[in-house]
Amino acid sequence: MANNNKSGSGFFGKLIHNQIFIPLAALLLLVLFNLVFDPSFFKITLGQNAAGNPVLSGYLVTILDYGSELAILAIGMTLVTAASGGQDISVGATIAICGSALLRVLCGRNSRPDELQAPIIVAFLVACIVGMLCGAFNGMLVSIFKIQPMVATLILFTAGRSIAAWINNNELPIVGDPTFAYFGSFFPGIPIPAPVFIAAFCLIIIFVVLKFTTLGLYTQAVGINPSSSRLNGLNPQFIKFVSFVILGLCVAVAALIKVSRLSTINYSVIAKDIEMDAILAVALGGNPLGGGKFNMWASIIGAYVIQFLTTTLYKFKVSSDALSAYKAVVVILLVVFSAPTVREWIGAKFKKITAKKGVA
Amino acid sequence: MRNKIKNMSDTSLLLSITIVVFFLMYIGAMVFQGKGFLKPQTFFNILNANAALILMSCGLTIVMIIGSIDISVGGVAALVSMCCAVYLDYKGGNVFVSMLIALAIGVAYGVIQGYLIAYLDIQPFIVSLAGMFFARGMTTIVHTNPFNVENQSFVALKETRIIVPGMGSVNKLGKYVNAYVEIGVIVALLAVLVLFFVLRYTKFGRALYAVGGNKTSALMLGINVKKTKFMAHLLCGILAGIGGYVYFLHVGSGAASHASGAEMNAIASSIIGGTMLTGGVGNIIGTLFGVLSLATIQSIVSSAGMDQAWWTGITIAAMLCLFLVIQSVVIARKTKSLKKQ
Repeated sequence: MANNNKSGSGFFGKLIHNQIFIPLAALLLLVLFNLVFDPSFFKITLGQNAAGNPVLSGYLVTILDYGSELAILAIGMTLVTAASGGQDISVGATIAICGSALLRVLCGRNSRPDELQAPIIVAFLVACIVGMLCGAFNGMLVSIFKIQPMVATLILFTAGRSIAAWINNNELPIVGDPTFAYFGSFFPGIPIPAPVFIAAFCLIIIFVVLKFTTLGLYTQAVGINPSSSRLNGLNPQFIKFVSFVILGLCVAVAALIKVSRLSTINYSVIAKDIEMDAILAVALGGNPLGGGKFNMWASIIGAYVIQFLTTTLYKFKVSSDALSAYKAVVVILLVVFSAPTVREWIGAKFKKITAKKGVA
Repeated sequence: MRNKIKNMSDTSLLLSITIVVFFLMYIGAMVFQGKGFLKPQTFFNILNANAALILMSCGLTIVMIIGSIDISVGGVAALVSMCCAVYLDYKGGNVFVSMLIALAIGVAYGVIQGYLIAYLDIQPFIVSLAGMFFARGMTTIVHTNPFNVENQSFVALKETRIIVPGMGSVNKLGKYVNAYVEIGVIVALLAVLVLFFVLRYTKFGRALYAVGGNKTSALMLGINVKKTKFMAHLLCGILAGIGGYVYFLHVGSGAASHASGAEMNAIASSIIGGTMLTGGVGNIIGTLFGVLSLATIQSIVSSAGMDQAWWTGITIAAMLCLFLVIQSVVIARKTKSLKKQ
């Protein structure tokens, strides 16, 4: 009996110390909460949209759909956090810049063209270049000028939305072509939302990159100790720079989805506060925000957990303005329970209880 | 001269850069923009509009000196102004109690965030991020729509103007108009003065720098690191509460969108004032000049006729960029020359 208990607590202890435990526990808690209060949350129905295409609908599909941008951003944010020990707070503003550039290329000089002025792929490539340039700017400030990441990205955070408005002369271009809207809704004939595919594609790419290149290892080495990794022949400046450029690429992809959802852009509202959600996803994944070791999958699960929470709150008729207050409470609870001191305390209590049981 | 610069501490070096740049900028504005900036009242208007920002930036400077951060100050200011507005309008309460409410919100924020950061060792960024979310959400839960406060004693306090002797100017009708500042400015300047002495001459102030510079050696010096961190966050919370009330006194209304982006402006002015996010370096006087520089840029941009909204954002960012690069270059040079010796 005592033996059983011991192995049980050992397994539990292992689980609790695994990094992926935190986001998974949060996810489980949210699933249970929904299961108890309204099981219809998990219903998925196959319907038809206005264009007559088959589409899946349901809260779970919504979570997967709208969580895509966050998951894509979480990839880049995890790398930046691990390499530089700081966070990029400019992603929301950079999404505005990339989206604006994308629309500018698509619409040309006329802000309401009847047909696309350039192929979507060209516009997307331009957005990617713009995103990478923004990332390179941040990366340069961080790696060469040794400015703390949060401060360096504060520059684009303040200027980003203004630059986005400036790119389009403060006009609001609208894309009339329906093919552009596919990226934010459904490809014809496929009932699963298109952003899910885009996110899955990005995840596969980063999986392959982490598996077959040394990017992950080098990033962690630089994050843990830049000077000792320099002595080992790595170039910490370059790796920090690369992590920011990768984040810029992620931002461009997220911008494509964001802009495509509406076929237009609102400079001051698009992707507002998304940087906070992206950082939260990284923190929720149990990654140390001071840099060093990272677990990509934990951050991505963290991103979906945040979307799960948002959708759950919307379902309970919480207004979008008041949403943040509830989110904050949940975040604080999660963070408090994952804090090392609190976890140790709980662990000690847990041991006491099992010890007592063993005696009895 | 060279030696003097070399021997300067980081704090005073960055401070002097900020002050020089501010004066150059203001004199440049006087020369190129002419009339408006020659009137002392223009300067006092900048103070009036930014008294709340000065208070919040002081709080941020303190937490940044210990190497921490607080991004909830803007949210706290919005929450304070909304709570006070609702109390004054619906309950017809008196002004004194509304001040207590503001202070209570500030203290509550300081205590909770300070406890979580100092004693539970949670990332300050995450804690204050949640704090900001909570404050913004709470503000809309308290009251959704923006509205003006019509409580008479409050309006009287809001309209109170303190005349600055000898600084008036003659207006277009040839009448002499006195220069004035609002009550908030007096509060902010008093806070700056008190904090300057606290940081410079008290045990607590020196402990702040020690903790920010090197936690381990501060601990070995016998400083209670956790308590110092806690106190710094408490002080920041209180300053955010007072700053929120000063903001409320300036605008006289409650709205969920109040003081949006104030936390970023406060961080930016602290940095321009020579505080470093890594901790251990910072100065309250620098912060005051940081706020003034930021506000001057804004008023130069708006008075130059570049009234399209995006110019403000771009110029502030460009200036921030410039200051950051100057700081990093100066410090890199200094460490290099120190190493050579």
